[in-house]
Amino acid sequence: MFRQAAWNEPIIFTLGRAGRRGHIPPEVEETVKKAVGDVYGLIPENMRRRNPPRLPELSEPEVVRHFVRLSEMNYGVDSGLYPLGSCTMKYNPKINEELAGSPKLGMVHPYQDERTVQGILEILYRLERWLAEITGMAEVCLQPAAGAHGEFLGALLIRAYHKHRGELDQRKDMLIPDSAHGTNPASAAMAGFNVVVIPSDRDGCVDVEALKAAVSEKTAGLMLTNPNTLGIFEKNIEEIAKIVHEAGGLLYYDGANLNPILCKVRPGDMGFDIVHINIHKTFSTPHGGGGPGAGPVGVKEELAKFLPVPRIVFDGERYRLDYNRPYSIGKIRSFYGNVAVLLKAYAYILSLGFEGLREVAEVSVLNANYIMHKLKNVDGLALPYDEKTPRKHECVFSAKPLKAKTGVSALNVAKRLLDYGVHAPTMYFPLIVEEALMIEPTETFEKEELDRFVEAVREICREAQTNPEKVLKAPYNTAVQRLDEVKASHPQTMALSWRMYLKKHATTKP
Amino acid sequence: MHEIDIKSIDELYADIPAKYFLKKPLALPEGLSELGVKKHVEALLSKNKTCLDMPVFLGAGCWPHYVPAVVREIVQRSEFLTAYTPYQAEISQGMLQALFEYQSMICELTAMDVANCSMYDWASALGEAARMASRITRRNEILIPKIIHPERKATLHVYVEPAGINVKEVEYNRETGQISLNDLESKISKETAAVYVENPSYLGFIETHVDEISQITHAHDALFIVGVDPISLGILKPPGEYGADIVVGEGEPLGNSMNYGGPLLGIFACRDDQNMIRQMPGRIIGLTTTVDGGKHGFCMALQTREQHIRREKATSNICSNEALCAVAAAVYLALLGPNGLRELGETIMCKANYAMRLLSKIEGLKVPVFKAPHFKEFTVNFDGAGLKVREAHEALLQKGIHGGKNVSEEFPELGETALYCVTEIHTEAEIRRLAEALEEIVSAGGRKSYV
Repeated sequence: MFRQAAWNEPIIFTLGRAGRRGHIPPEVEETVKKAVGDVYGLIPENMRRRNPPRLPELSEPEVVRHFVRLSEMNYGVDSGLYPLGSCTMKYNPKINEELAGSPKLGMVHPYQDERTVQGILEILYRLERWLAEITGMAEVCLQPAAGAHGEFLGALLIRAYHKHRGELDQRKDMLIPDSAHGTNPASAAMAGFNVVVIPSDRDGCVDVEALKAAVSEKTAGLMLTNPNTLGIFEKNIEEIAKIVHEAGGLLYYDGANLNPILCKVRPGDMGFDIVHINIHKTFSTPHGGGGPGAGPVGVKEELAKFLPVPRIVFDGERYRLDYNRPYSIGKIRSFYGNVAVLLKAYAYILSLGFEGLREVAEVSVLNANYIMHKLKNVDGLALPYDEKTPRKHECVFSAKPLKAKTGVSALNVAKRLLDYGVHAPTMYFPLIVEEALMIEPTETFEKEELDRFVEAVREICREAQTNPEKVLKAPYNTAVQRLDEVKASHPQTMALSWRMYLKKHATTKP
Repeated sequence: MHEIDIKSIDELYADIPAKYFLKKPLALPEGLSELGVKKHVEALLSKNKTCLDMPVFLGAGCWPHYVPAVVREIVQRSEFLTAYTPYQAEISQGMLQALFEYQSMICELTAMDVANCSMYDWASALGEAARMASRITRRNEILIPKIIHPERKATLHVYVEPAGINVKEVEYNRETGQISLNDLESKISKETAAVYVENPSYLGFIETHVDEISQITHAHDALFIVGVDPISLGILKPPGEYGADIVVGEGEPLGNSMNYGGPLLGIFACRDDQNMIRQMPGRIIGLTTTVDGGKHGFCMALQTREQHIRREKATSNICSNEALCAVAAAVYLALLGPNGLRELGETIMCKANYAMRLLSKIEGLKVPVFKAPHFKEFTVNFDGAGLKVREAHEALLQKGIHGGKNVSEEFPELGETALYCVTEIHTEAEIRRLAEALEEIVSAGGRKSYV
């Protein structure tokens, strides 16, 4: 049985002792010290720090032990199955970490003379070309730091396109299916668009009639995920593209679900004008507990002139950064992108090649359909939408029957799964499925692991009928039991930093 | 395949219209072995020259600092590295606690109450801060200093334009670089959502009139946003002590490598004010207890602000952030502690001012351009030497030294000027080498040889 470490590790501020330290900064040479004198003499009185920051004071071994213990109370892809739907939690090859850790990258400054950074520019330039090829786009920009950042850029490009054509004032509607990721409407709103929700039809796909009714001269574009968040391919994509384009809108591809179609079909060939890619999903770079990732954006030819500066160009001899782009929207961040992350994606593509990437897609789809097949007869779970339609990278079940019968919800199933040493699926998403459990096994877990997962779900559903109390109070084997999330967000009790905690609870110290 | 009763994988793709399937392989590389990949990538990377190959005096938003070995060891722990966002709190306590500790340390450093667990970088954090200030004040103008990093300014414009927020620039004093209080007074109005300053400023000097700026800002019921280089806060007054409402900054110096400019670490903090907290962008980790109240624990707090719940009404679209860089910063700050950070601040300021002194002795150079205290960056003007920055830097490069950032086009009124950066990684010998090289270049003189 799985048992996670439960160290009861104190908060770091209560560890250590005054005067201790874990690192000594480099010394200042005597001549330098003498020449400059007291640096505080250089700082005007009102700008000197009077109260030292109340940082912890620990020795180096104390710091190491503290954070190693914390890491032991965490769960990653290397720990076991992580079927978190839409997040594509695949194995992260170790060689890529080794390469990205090179000082030949780490110690390179972004403003160095181009002649001294030809190696990294070549890597980034080639990666752009490969990603353009994979998505069927003309050009790719590597700058966005995450998928949502890429979406924001995509929405800004749609804005720039309509502005350029003098239609921005009129085109304010961004159409978004009700099954879309939450980032889509949020990104569109950030870029100044009104969100118009398009319902899904009985097949779980965009309702084409509803789409026809929604498009107008106000349409800026449609943001679509394909395969969608049900794992179902939008088979009417050709008609959808036609409807949006004829209305004068652009078609945006949310690349969160690119994995199952890698090197099989391409968004560009389906009529999409803009795509973002989640490097930390499809291209195997680790998620780091929330980031850093990278969210490159690809565009068709007519949108390329709007991309952020600088663009990496190659004159046949040397790679250069080109800032001379009069139509560029400008910048969405500093410098050129999450380069250390992008380098790992470069190594990933290089190691797999075209055939390898195609196999990635196929095995991820096979695994998802295997899970669907194995779970569809589990008592308590329902499979919404036609079971004859093959799913792509993920499948979505509903725990509604189980809840009706036993009171055990999707949340409880998810929490109980943790006791089996399996990360929970995505819960309560997509919103169009009640009590949703969204399962994405990816290509990097073997049949034995998938079977273990299926067996765990089956057992939990059985337990829900025989001993629902047990499931309702799960998890038991994790570092802590169920946490009070309401308390964490309530104005009276919220403690969002140690100083805020001390202010509110002067007496008890965890 | 047998279990799910298919003969070929193609059956699982049968619902996709046939016309979309690739007819021929894409122009992608052939797959390589692990050793093949290693050799290939290392061969490319070896074409880069690094700060280890030559002294580099560049800063401007990404700075060379030493990263202690412990930091990399911890962030490479695969339980941290290969985890997703801690949606399932009970199995992700380690990451949640590490991020809570990061948030708490940023609060101590900046003297603010609440910090989120990261933004993409300083520039995007500034964009989000401006939008947040506009939402809180229901006003649509932000005042920024004229001396600001051009990439931060460009990012700010792109972030606020769709929200209908205008950006106005406040003049600076030509002698000192300091924000002109008169110009600020004349530009601030009932439309002003926020006033933004940077400390140290983009051009390296310390903005000293912050108390007055804070006063003027608050007298107009606007919010005061301050951008910081956190590594200065061991010795410089934290923005929370001069009235900042929102603090943003670049956390890259805290235990993260430069990596050719990314990933970076956007710092974002504000005061303990419910109205502000509810408008914050990004993930925030909170300290709570188990449901039975028996044990403490951590979870994501205030998720109702976020995109996965609020969708188009969210405070921001941010989802993935720079969490692991934040963990690196927490480990770094824990290693240094208050004394280490103060000493490091002293070391950096001492070395940078030493470099300023040496360079200012070179006839023809004006170092620094502004009469003001400088922390780790400073300006070098070449007008008196009759040299273009480009020429001087080309000559430096030939001597195996990389000069600072050319800012002549960004601030034409400052003439031929470059922004130099000196940190704890630069040795006295390297600084001397720079001074000697510049002296030679200047005395070789004029515009003759270096183009």
